[in-house]
Amino acid sequence: MPKQVKLKIDGEYVNATEGQSVLDAAKANGKFIPSLCHVQGLSGVGACRLCMVEIAGGARPLPACTTPVQEGMVINTVSERLSKYRRMIIELLLSERNHVCAVCVSNGHCELQDMATRLGVTHSSFPYRYPRLPVDASHPRFVLDHNRCILCSRCVRVCAEIEGANTWNIVSRGVNSMVAADLNEPWGDAESCTRCGKCVEACPTGALVVKGKAVEEMVKRTQTVSRLATARGGSR
Amino acid sequence: MKKVRLATTWLDGCSGCHMSLLDIDEGILKVAELAEIVYGPLVDIKEFPENVDVTLVEGAVSSVEDLEKVRTIRERSRIVVSLGDCAVTSNVPSMRNQCGVTAILERAYLENAATDAQIPNQVVPQLLPISRPVHDVIKVDVFIPGCPPSASTILNCVAELCAGRMPEPSLRYKFG
Repeated sequence: MPKQVKLKIDGEYVNATEGQSVLDAAKANGKFIPSLCHVQGLSGVGACRLCMVEIAGGARPLPACTTPVQEGMVINTVSERLSKYRRMIIELLLSERNHVCAVCVSNGHCELQDMATRLGVTHSSFPYRYPRLPVDASHPRFVLDHNRCILCSRCVRVCAEIEGANTWNIVSRGVNSMVAADLNEPWGDAESCTRCGKCVEACPTGALVVKGKAVEEMVKRTQTVSRLATARGGSR
Repeated sequence: MKKVRLATTWLDGCSGCHMSLLDIDEGILKVAELAEIVYGPLVDIKEFPENVDVTLVEGAVSSVEDLEKVRTIRERSRIVVSLGDCAVTSNVPSMRNQCGVTAILERAYLENAATDAQIPNQVVPQLLPISRPVHDVIKVDVFIPGCPPSASTILNCVAELCAGRMPEPSLRYKFG
């Protein structure tokens, strides 16, 4: 029986299990912490930094998805500073690549778009980069549009942790980082890909989509990924 | 009560935001009560007037003419509103930014021309190297994203501005 710990989130005492992340503990207690890279059942990597929270005694905010709960922790998930940082993160994501919502297959069903609305982002105060990025349509069933990728690495994790195929990786560094199939080949040539489509369901934006969808038609089923993780047992 | 001097304009956009503005139906009567529309695509005045209280700008800044227009608007308006995704993010017009002006013009006017292929160099305003959001070139006071923003969102914002209040970002705001 795992040890129970008690901590305080936003002034409220909550119980959590040792080893659980602050994000999972908050969610289990009905609290909402914004996040984009996290999927229930997949490992937490702290890629998007949206779930940053303030922990009493620590000077800088920490991502809730990679911070394990501790007995007596006092956590703040809402503050002026956190809201400002979270909005800045969304603005940076929007300005980094070419997220033209109006002509996206995921328009209206996009976690990035919804999060922007939810956090009150009305525009980007950072200049847009307009990078020239490829669209990989070499796969028979799916398309990878780098213009809409936020490098959350959900596809990498679902492929490795649930499907066990390890097709996806992230290559290069910093602003040049890209999602890549196998040895950085066209997706259609990636021999390890089982065509299961879990990466597509896990993707929060219109970066990984089913071929042949028109604007607004692509609806993702991220819960399917979480259900599969639960069915397999074991928590991460 | 003195009526608010309201202006609207479009730069590099599809006019969809203005269609959405017209979609406020009988709300237009409310706007007419609160404001006098002093400039816009449906107003027969060519020169952007002085002393405008609120200006709604649709579209991205893509040409030399857009840039000039938007600077004049800023000088002569108390409050500038970026209306819709093209004004707020440069949206679809910005999709050419990765290719460069020359490639775009050659594609449109040379490669795809059936007869008399030539790149226009008179009357049509010259394109800027990249298409930019309005707040990239002038100070913008209010942002209303959406492609287009809904009629009710526009009406609420205009009503708030006419009442002298700044509209708060609402959960109805959505890119795309």
